[in-house]
Amino acid sequence: MSGITTEPVGRKVLHENEKLAAGLRRQFAERGVLCLNLISAPGSGKTALLEKTLAALPAGSQVAVLTGDIQTDNDARRLARYGFPVRQITTAGTCHLDAAMVRRELDAFDAGSIDLLLIENVGNLVCPTSYDLGEAAKIVVLSVTEGDDKPLKYPGIFRKSELMILSKIDLLPYVPFDPAAAFANARRVNPQIEVLELSSLTGAGFNEWMRWLERRRSRQ
Amino acid sequence: MHELGIAQAVIDLAQSQLNGRPPSALRAIGLRLGEVSGVEKDSLSFCFECLVKDTEIERVQLKIELCPLRYRCLDCGREIAGGEWQAKCPSCGATSLAGEGGDELELAYLELEAT
Ligand SMILES: Nc1nc2c(ncn2[C@@H]2O[C@H](COP(=O)(O)OP(=O)(O)OP(=O)(O)O)[C@@H](O)[C@H]2O)c(=O)[nH]1
Ligand SMILES: [Mg+2]
Ligand SMILES: [Zn+2]
Repeated sequence: MSGITTEPVGRKVLHENEKLAAGLRRQFAERGVLCLNLISAPGSGKTALLEKTLAALPAGSQVAVLTGDIQTDNDARRLARYGFPVRQITTAGTCHLDAAMVRRELDAFDAGSIDLLLIENVGNLVCPTSYDLGEAAKIVVLSVTEGDDKPLKYPGIFRKSELMILSKIDLLPYVPFDPAAAFANARRVNPQIEVLELSSLTGAGFNEWMRWLERRRSRQ
Repeated sequence: MHELGIAQAVIDLAQSQLNGRPPSALRAIGLRLGEVSGVEKDSLSFCFECLVKDTEIERVQLKIELCPLRYRCLDCGREIAGGEWQAKCPSCGATSLAGEGGDELELAYLELEAT
């Protein structure tokens, strides 16, 4: 009778992507580029946040933006108005960006001349969680119309993010949403997560966000 | 639904570990999956079943070990089980905790029929 043997493996399932991401991370570090990966559900305000951020940056800042969507280049067109290089990645159905897509686009940028790369992932609170893009930090954006229980319902992305941005706080008077509960729920999944709240419509909270960005850039 | 892509990656990685042995020798694939990894266990199992159906590894079982999210106190080092969450370390009262584990997505082992 032939028996069954168990053979240990111990390898990451997405090791191909992780290898590419590690290469990107090394490249970013060597060139002094801070890469941030913004993730949220569809419509939580990632593009609006980036638009206002680009508008607030001094002209001549060495910033580039990559934006991922399943279809259309609407977001890239919105973001291109601010005079910084922007590239759209259209995934044609895929629900997340991966490291190979970022690397392809990076070759098209003059990556030597930027020190901040902002990546807007495909609007999806689940799938982008698993795919490392070589970023220094993931940032999860949650808008106040989505419910303060979302960090517990979609714990993966909150577990992996360095910063949670609560967006659209101008709408707080109109929706039952408890920011303190949302932050507590996020800390339950990730006790070290940093939190900020802002509105891209009114600009409330933007000073704190720009300061966070500045701090993170100098830490790089 | 990225579980389909992940199930395919599991199968590809398992096949790449066979080193010349026939796929028919493969009996089970052992996966370590974090409970807050963003990958859903049932959905992954379902996708796996769909992908192996009518192939030479149709009978391969996917054995998933769910790995819990735990915490560690950054002050006293105590490890705290996931269910015990209370924002403070039960030993020293410190609020500086860090999450540990819970995000695994790892091919742990293969079960092979000895030939
Ligand atoms: N009231 C209010 N509306 C906002 C705010 N930020 C964004 N919006 C609106 O929310 C909608 C979605 O915003 P986007 O910036 O396109 O969101 P997104 O996350 O980039 O969306 P996808 O890329 O499609 O996932 C738009 O109609 C915005 O005008 C905000 O701070 N306050
Ligand atoms: Mg957008
Ligand atoms: Zn302690």
